[in-house]
Parts: sequence; structure tokens; C-alpha cells
Amino acid sequence: MSSTTIAATDAAHADAALEKPDRGTVFYLREEHHPENGTMLGFWIYLMSDCLIFAVLFACYGVLGRNYAAGPSGADLFDLKLVAINTTFLLFSSITYGFAMLEMVKNRAGTTLAWLFVTLLFGLAFLGLELYEFAHLIHEGATPQRSAFLSSFFALVGTHGLHVAFGCVWLVTLMVQVSQRGLIPENRRRLMCLSLFWHFLDVVWIGVFTFVYLMGTL
Amino acid sequence: MRTLRTLAVLPLLLLLAGCDMVVMSPSGDIAAQQRDLIVISTLLMLLIIVPVIALTLLFAWRYRASNKEATYDPDWHHSTQLEVVIWAAPLVIIIALGAITWTSTHLLDPYRPLGRIDENRPLSEGVKPLEVRAVALDWKWLFIYPDLGVATVNELAAPVDTPINFRITSSTVMNSFFIPALAGQIYAMAGMETKLHAVINKPGVYDGFSANYSGAGFSDMRFKFHGVDQAGFDAWVAKARESGQTLDRAGYLELEKPSVREPVKLYANVENELFDAILNMCVDTQKMCMKDMMRIDAQGGMGKAGLGNVFALQYDKPRTRGGHTAPPKRFIAAVCTPEAPRDGETVERVTPRPDGRRASAAGLPAAQTAMAPGAAVLPE
Amino acid sequence: MTPSPVEESVLFGRLSLNALPLHEPILVATFAAVAIGGVAVIGALTYHRLWGWLWREWLTSIDHKKIGIMYVILGLVMLLRGFADAIMMRLQQAIAFGGSEGYLPPHHYDQIFTAHGVIMIFFVAMPLITGFMNYIVPLQIGARDVAFPFLNNFSFWMTTSGAVLVMASLFVGEFAATGWLAYPPLSGIAYSPGVGVDYYIWALQIAGVGTLLSGVNLIATIVKMRAPGMSMMRLPVFTWTALCSNVLIVASFPVLTAALALLSLDRYVGTAFFTNDFGGSAMMYVNLIWIWGHPEVYILILPAFGIFSEVVATYCGKRLFGYASMVYATVVITILSYLVWLHHFFTMGSGASVNSFFGITTMIISIPTGAKIFNWLFTMYRGRIRFELPMMWTVSFMVTFVIGGMTGVLLAVPPADFVLHNSLFLIAHFHNVIIGGVLFGLFAGIAYWFPKVTGFKLDEFWGRISFWCWTIGFYVAFMPLYVLGLMGVTRRMSRFEDPSLQIFFVIAAFGAVLIAGGIASFLIQLVVSFRKREQLKDTTGDPWDGRTLEWSTSSPPPAYNFAFTPVVHDLDAWHDMKKRGYVRPTDGFMPIHMPKNTWAGIVLSGVSLICGFALVWHIWWLAAASFAALVSLAIIHTFNYARDFHIPAADVTATEAERTKLLAAGA
Repeated sequence: MSSTTIAATDAAHADAALEKPDRGTVFYLREEHHPENGTMLGFWIYLMSDCLIFAVLFACYGVLGRNYAAGPSGADLFDLKLVAINTTFLLFSSITYGFAMLEMVKNRAGTTLAWLFVTLLFGLAFLGLELYEFAHLIHEGATPQRSAFLSSFFALVGTHGLHVAFGCVWLVTLMVQVSQRGLIPENRRRLMCLSLFWHFLDVVWIGVFTFVYLMGTL
Repeated sequence: MRTLRTLAVLPLLLLLAGCDMVVMSPSGDIAAQQRDLIVISTLLMLLIIVPVIALTLLFAWRYRASNKEATYDPDWHHSTQLEVVIWAAPLVIIIALGAITWTSTHLLDPYRPLGRIDENRPLSEGVKPLEVRAVALDWKWLFIYPDLGVATVNELAAPVDTPINFRITSSTVMNSFFIPALAGQIYAMAGMETKLHAVINKPGVYDGFSANYSGAGFSDMRFKFHGVDQAGFDAWVAKARESGQTLDRAGYLELEKPSVREPVKLYANVENELFDAILNMCVDTQKMCMKDMMRIDAQGGMGKAGLGNVFALQYDKPRTRGGHTAPPKRFIAAVCTPEAPRDGETVERVTPRPDGRRASAAGLPAAQTAMAPGAAVLPE
Repeated sequence: MTPSPVEESVLFGRLSLNALPLHEPILVATFAAVAIGGVAVIGALTYHRLWGWLWREWLTSIDHKKIGIMYVILGLVMLLRGFADAIMMRLQQAIAFGGSEGYLPPHHYDQIFTAHGVIMIFFVAMPLITGFMNYIVPLQIGARDVAFPFLNNFSFWMTTSGAVLVMASLFVGEFAATGWLAYPPLSGIAYSPGVGVDYYIWALQIAGVGTLLSGVNLIATIVKMRAPGMSMMRLPVFTWTALCSNVLIVASFPVLTAALALLSLDRYVGTAFFTNDFGGSAMMYVNLIWIWGHPEVYILILPAFGIFSEVVATYCGKRLFGYASMVYATVVITILSYLVWLHHFFTMGSGASVNSFFGITTMIISIPTGAKIFNWLFTMYRGRIRFELPMMWTVSFMVTFVIGGMTGVLLAVPPADFVLHNSLFLIAHFHNVIIGGVLFGLFAGIAYWFPKVTGFKLDEFWGRISFWCWTIGFYVAFMPLYVLGLMGVTRRMSRFEDPSLQIFFVIAAFGAVLIAGGIASFLIQLVVSFRKREQLKDTTGDPWDGRTLEWSTSSPPPAYNFAFTPVVHDLDAWHDMKKRGYVRPTDGFMPIHMPKNTWAGIVLSGVSLICGFALVWHIWWLAAASFAALVSLAIIHTFNYARDFHIPAADVTATEAERTKLLAAGA
């Protein structure tokens, strides 16, 4: 082995060697290299792509949202009180998820699970009310087929609802996994991902509530 | 190899000399200006393309590994001056081309009424343009001359040196109205109107067609465009008038059905406002016109009262594409207006929903299916 | 669901024996050939007892290299299908003159050009590009795998499922006859009531999931897993272009997903997004699809640019000229590619100011692209160019691509576009850039990295034949189309009236035959090279005197890529290492932490395929069941926590000792 290749014994040594490459250049790490875990970044990128799907749906609603096809408008159909209650449910669910994460940081699996369960209840309540709203609209005849406005309304709100439903399934899965294995690093990472997802849906909902419901009725 | 390639190109050049490149030698002023633009832009770009190709081949040859005489400088990889040049050279070309683009796009905007007959003749005051309404049907073209009251299928004529104002729509899928000798194309879309302003300068018979794929009969969606002198045009109009045919709404609905290689048809009369009805998708008088719908929508819709105002036509432009018949088409019924009072005679065209399941699927409570169109009234 | 007059059974939806195209002799013959081939392959696998091996070593593998190879194989197989479509179109257009209908009725011809476009973009170019990125990027950045190895396997199988669904449409039912972007209202239920558009939608949706996830994966890989010392400005150019390409994937594919989802709602539920009867707008679809569609073009071409950059530097024996400006050009193209989509429909009546804005932004893209061309040019300057196959493809690309670029800028001038839009001039233009750019790049890449992947070089003779067939064939096939476009001939015609056009179509068909020769020679090249593999063997791992890290490891690389993670000090890390007397370590190996194989990718994708097929044919129970299965299996998969293992130090030592022997024998 020539004198120019000195195996580094640790990464710090390697970094120090990088500064002055001419003397004792290091070309490889003797230690196992642990690149930073990319899960949170990857999940964040995925969320941004999901955000684009919502962007498209918002754009559709922006373009088509006033094409009532001689049918009813949002003002005729929306029950703002109901939606306000629903919004509260979702916002509370974000807060309770936050509490769950605080408990996770304190490494208390039991209370984490309890808060997750509360979050789930809020999520399910939100979904229940949304389904009730949809059923009511369809019963009245305000179906997605009736006008481009209703099509884009159902697509936007329904896609958000599907995401919440998916989030609930995920939440249950994670609750089972946490109760089986405790707050191991994998489960913590998964809880962090779902946390991002859950808050992201909250943010999207604020957009929906503002642009669709408030601006549609007020 | 290279000589072989040159040899292969030679017969091509001969062919080019022989062929009729209509885009490069058009007969209308707009198309001619578009041609000029193609030539100018190409020349402008060749200023940089030719040196690049030449340098590529030159460097490839000169710095081949077997040529030991060429300088070899493996560490030369940066030169600020050269970098500035290689970014600036395309930039300069694009600035020039961008300026040309901006002005020519505005000047040759198909929506812009003409300012001249050709290069040397400005448009004289008081010249009345020829108004033509073009409709893309499955798979043929309908032309209506609103000022003359005549209409044709698959044949278009216009006097030379007279500005033509086209208003274009479609009764079907997206098509594109294109007469290469006359001017560039513009899409024809259902429920929407596009415009084209053009003039033909040389008499002749030119090809026109749809330039946007529209289904199985697309290849045959062609027509002849006759550029004729004024006398010839008058004679052509007279011939149309002699045909004695009238194109009314019922006739149009018949014409609209899919067909290929439809022979040329001339109509002496056209029902008033037919183009307007086609454009607003309400040739069938039961249907609400798009413009009425848009007016209602602009006022905030019709409220829940409008919910029941949806009907299905069992027979509406039966599309038999791919061997299947389409499901029945739904539409929004017209509402009572003072100009178009409703009566009961059209009701039999509405197919009552056979069962409640379908009705609710279409957003109609079963109880409302019996409601005659027109039961809903415009909110004041 | 929208009531449909077509009889649908509960058990089979609208699938019946009538869906089999028994009356189409071409399809029956194709099916027979495919079936016989399939049976032969299955028989051979069974006879040689290779199923277990196939399952363990390939189908469930999460090794980025094997997945990369599978992507490339998928792309090449689909290239044959896509090219068969091309040859059929060329033949039809060459003979359908005067009164002749040709040999394909419009209904069939329209499916062929739609399938050709869809397959070539989604199932040839995309898998090939993704395969290259998968294989090369981790090696170039000194990583042992991608950031999410399971996701990588899943992405590949989703792409494959999409391809299988498209292929299924050939033999069961029909494919879309709408053109490759399926504009409504033509693609709506009223005008396309058959299953064709549904095949189109679900194939793209399933494959789109794969593409998106692979984009997320590669971004995370490039951002997080670079070897120590490899700053962003020391990233090999191919990896840079891969990063930008994947950013484009992540930022554009969701738009396609959403647009197709809305189209499927229109078709399945009867909503009113793209039909104007109830206030929708088809123009919105056209906008959305091109907001995805234009970046898609750059998703394909950027990695090709990266390949050319690697090839030029290597075969000129010279560092790439203007690395920094190359990187900036790539990033600028990435951003600008979002600001140009409207140039695909200047003729929709947007108005002069909007049109000129998008025309000018389009032209601006040619500035960084031009800078790239110059950078390659000045890398050749004062180089010592070895004209191996990859370099030949590169020179051919540079000449061909600038012509395509020029016609592209011409089409970006709105008034010129008014006469050239939708014409064969446009067809010639985009084949000029896709064949001359993407495909030539892929062939350069195959020839360049083949020895890395297999351990032996490709046969030179057949490679040259393939190269000349492709290059000449391209010009012969597409120059006539430029002329035809100027003669006012529009695209997607199944027959023609004007007999004077015929000669050009005949020449173009001849060009297509030459290209067929190019493809055949390429396949022969693979076979010949395999047979002469001992002669063509590369024991060094660095047959071309390469510059980037992938050449520092053995050919083919071991499962763990690098026994020790490299440390990077300069651009062209491997060149730098060689220059400064790097000596390969031969002892002190440690166990290496690696991800484990998994069944989940192929199984989940298979279930997605079933779900897609059921949705196409309205077999609702099956769609619901397979969707439920999909969700359950995904959940079950998350209960598997044992996803990795260690390669024992002894194995690493043995593998590396083997290489030491090889290197010594070669020296």
C-alpha cells in the first residue's frame, strides 16, 4: 500500500483530511458509512407531489366553480354551520396528533396511543359528517353529474376526504404497531410521517374551507 | 459514407423541386406572411446552426485519436470568455427572434381584422368583408354565409382580394379549420367560437381540411376552397340559390349525424340564427342555449329549483364508435323565455326515465321525471 | 354509474368472447407468436428449474442494479412493440393512396398511432431512462443502493403492470383510438364508449404511480446518499441531469394523475369536467395534460444530455468543458420547462400576447440548450477523441439534434405554428429530437455502460452497423416528413387523395425499414457479444479509462457496489483517484449492511394490474376485491420489520480477493 492512501479510522478524520487533500489523501472510509436517513425527505417530496394534485383540483374548482349549469350554487347548497363543526373536528385532530407526538418524544407509548385514539375519533367524526353532507346533497339531486361546479366540488372535497380516510387506516395500523413493538425508531419515523400527512391534510382543508365553503356562501 | 449520403440527398432535392409545397408558396396574404416568417426565422437560426454542425464535424475529425498532430490539452476545461460567447450567441439570436415573434404574433393574430389585401395594397375604406361561418361536423364541414343567406357542405368559395371573416365552431369533438393556401389554422371546438381573418389573392381551387384528429372519418374530412373572381363568386352564389334547398334546424340535426365522404351540398336558404344555435348547442329547441345557461350562472344559478331540469335523450347524435352505442346523452332543458314560448309538442322527444334507479343516477328524483321541460322559470 | 346500453354481466362486466379480436388476422397471428414465445420461455424456465432463481435473484430483488437491468429489458421489449406499430403505420401510409384504403381500416389504424405514442413515451423511453438512472446514479455517487430499495422494486413492477395492461389491450378488447394524449371530448364516453380509453387511463395511472415513486426515491438518494466529499458541484453531470429529471417527474406526474383521474370520473361517473353541456371545459384538460406533457419531454432528454456529457468527457480524454455552466443550463431548463406548455396549442385561440409569451419562453430554452451543445463541442476541442460506439452516437446526436432544435424553435413562433401545427412537419420535429436526442443518448449509454453491467464489451462491428442504420434510417424516414409538412399534409391520416405525396411516404417507409435494420443489428449485437464474451471481457472494471466512480468498482459491480465508501476530492472523482495514485484496499473488510429482498413489490403490482383490468371491463366485484386486497397486502407488508441483513465480512473479503486476482491476471 502506498503512502498516499491512509485508511481513515473515522468519518471525522476523513472530513479533516478533505481540507488538505495533498497530504495524506483519503480515498475511502474504513468505517461503515451511514448516510442520513432519507425517509422524512422522501415523504416530504411525496407530500409536495400530493399537494400538486390538490393544486390541480383547486384550479379546476377555480375555473369551473361558477359553472352551475343553471343549477344551484354553493350558496344554495352549503350548510356552513355543519362545515364549521367539521372544520373544528379536523383542527382538533391536528392538535391531538400534536399531543401524541409530544408524548412520543417523552417516550410514553401508552399516552401516545391514547392521543392517537382521540385523533382517530376526530378523524372519523370528520369523515362521518362529510359523508352525511354528501349524502344529503345527492339526495337533494345535487349530484356530481349535475354541473361542472358540483363535479369539481365533489372531486376536491372528496379527494380530501379519501386522504383522511386513508390517514385513518394508516393511523389504526400504526396504533397496532406501536402497541406491538413500542416506540422503536421505525415506528417513531412512521409516526412522524403520518404527522406530516395529517397536518398537511389540515392545511389543505383550510384552503378548501376558505375557497369552497366561505367564498362560496358569503 | 459521406458521399453516399450526399448521393442519397440528390434525388430528394430533385423531388423537392417538383413537388408543390403549399406552405412555402401560398396564395393568400396571411399565409404568405406566415411563410416569410418561416423563412426569416430559419435563416436567422441557420446563422448559429450551420457553424455548430460545421464545428462538430471539424472537431470530430481534427481531434480524432489517430491524429497525433492535433494539440491535446486534457486539463483545459474552462474559459470565461468562451463561456460568455456560448451563452451570448444564442441569446442574441433569440432576442432578435423574440422581437420578430412578438410583433408578428400580434400582426398575424387570426382574431385581428385584416389591414391589407396584400403586400402592396392596403385595405380600401368601406370594403365589406365576406362573412363565413364554419362548422365542423362528423366528418364534414358546413359553411354558412349569413349575409348571403346560403350555405354549403364540403365546399367553400370566396372572391379574390376580399377579406373573409370566419367564425368557427364545432358540433362534435375538437377539429382544426385549415386551408394551407389561405391562412394558418385555428381549432374548431363545440360550444366555443374561434375566429380567423384571411384573404385569397390568386384564383384557384385549394385544399381545406381538418387538421386535428377527430375520429374514424377524419382522413376524409376534406373540402375544396374555390378562390374566384367576383363574377365567378356571384355565379356560385346563384347556383346555390338555384338548389332550392333550405337548411333548417331539423335538416341540420339530420346533417349532423356522423357520415364520411359527404358529397357537396348547396343550400339556397338557411334558417335564421342557425349558426348561433349551433354555437350555443341548442339547435334542438328543447335544450337550453349555452349563452342562456351562462347568463343564469352569472346571476348565481337557478337554485335548487334548477336541480330537476335535466333530461336524457335516448337518441342524440348516436355515436357508434368502436362498435358500441353511447349511453344516452343528458342535457339541460330550455326554460321559458318570452321570445321562445314553449309548447307541448316537443315533449315526446324526451324519453321518460324507465326506472327510478337511472333517474336518481342522473340526479333526478323520480317524482320530477314527469315534469315537462319549461316548468322551471327564469328567476327574475 | 352512468347507465350504459351495452349489456354488462355481473360476473364479467362488459368482457365477453366478442372482446377477442378473432376477426383480425394480424392480431391473431401476433397473439399466436406471443403465445408460442411465452410458452417456450415458461417451458425453458421450468425445464431448467429456474423459477426459484428467477424469483429470488430478480423478481423480488431490491438491488438497484438488477432493477435497472429489468427496466432496460422492459424498455427494449416494448421498443419492439412500439416499433412494430411504427412500421405498420409507415406501410399503411405508403400504400393508402387514391382509392386504396390500405390494409388497415381507420378504427385499427387509429389505435395503432395512439398505441405507438403511448408505448414509445411511457413504456420505452421512460423505463430505459429510469433504468439508467437506477443503475448508474448510486454507483456515481458512491452509494450502496437507493434511499428506498423496496419502493424501487415496487416502482418497477408498477411500470411493468402498466405495460402489461397496454399489451393486454392488443388481445382483449381494443386500445384507445384518440391520439396519445386522449383529448376530450373525443376521449369522453360519448365519443369513445369502448374499453380503449379505459385501458389507456388505467395503464398510465398504474405506471404513473411507479414513475412518481421512483422520482421521489432518486431525489432522496441523490440528496442524502452521496459519498463524503461529493458536494453538489462535484456531482457527475449524469447524476445532475437525473436529479433535475426526477424533480420534473415529481412536479409534473401528479398533474397527469389528476387530469386522468378527472377524465375517468367523466367516463365512469358521468361528471362534467371536460364536456361543455354541463359547464365543463375540454380546454382545461388540454392545459393540464400539457402542463405535464411538456416537462415530460425534458424528463426524457435531460438524462440523455447527461449521458452525452459523460461520454464526451471520457472518450475525449478530457474534463468536461464548462461543468458549472452545464449544471446551470440543466437547472434553467428544468425551471423553464414549466413555462412553455401553451406552445402545444397556439391554435386554440389564446390571443396574441399569451401566445407570444409562451413562444418566447420556449425560445429561451434554446439558450441553455445551445450552451450545452457548445460545451460538448469545446470538450472535443483539444481532446483526443476515441471513436468508440458511444462517441459515434454522440457526434451523430450533436448534428441531428441541432436540426431538431431549429425546427422546434421554428414551431415556437406562433404564426409559423399556425401553418405547421399538427402537420407532419411537427411529427418530423419531435422524432428528430426524441430519436436524435433521447434514443441516440440511450444507445450511447448502452454501449458505454454495457461492460460495467455485464463484464464484457459490446461487439463493435454490429454496433457500427446498427449505428449507421439508425442514423441514415432516421434521415431517410423523417426528412420526407418535413417536406410533407410543408406540403400541408396533416398528421394521423389513414389515407390520402393526392398521389403526388406517395413517393415521400414510400421513402419514409424505406427509412423505417433501415431503422428496423438498426434494431435488428442491435439485437444481433447483443447475441454476438454474449457469444464472444470471453474475447470481449473486461477485467479491469474500467475499460474506457473512465472518470466517474462507477468505473472504480468491478464489472459487474458486487451487490454492495463498494467494499469501502469512497471519499471524493474533486469532480471526476475516479479520474482524480487514478491520477493521484489511489491503491485499491485489499484487506480490513467489514460486514456490509444491505436491504433484504421482498415479495411485496411484485405482488402489490400484480394486484394493481388485476384491479386495473377489472375497472377497464367494469367487473366491479373484482375491482373492489382486488382493491381491498391491495390495501390489506400493503398493510401486511408494513408489519415486516426485518428488512435488512449484513453481508458477512468473509464474503466481502472473498469477493474482493477474486477481483484482486482478476486485476493481477489482467495487468
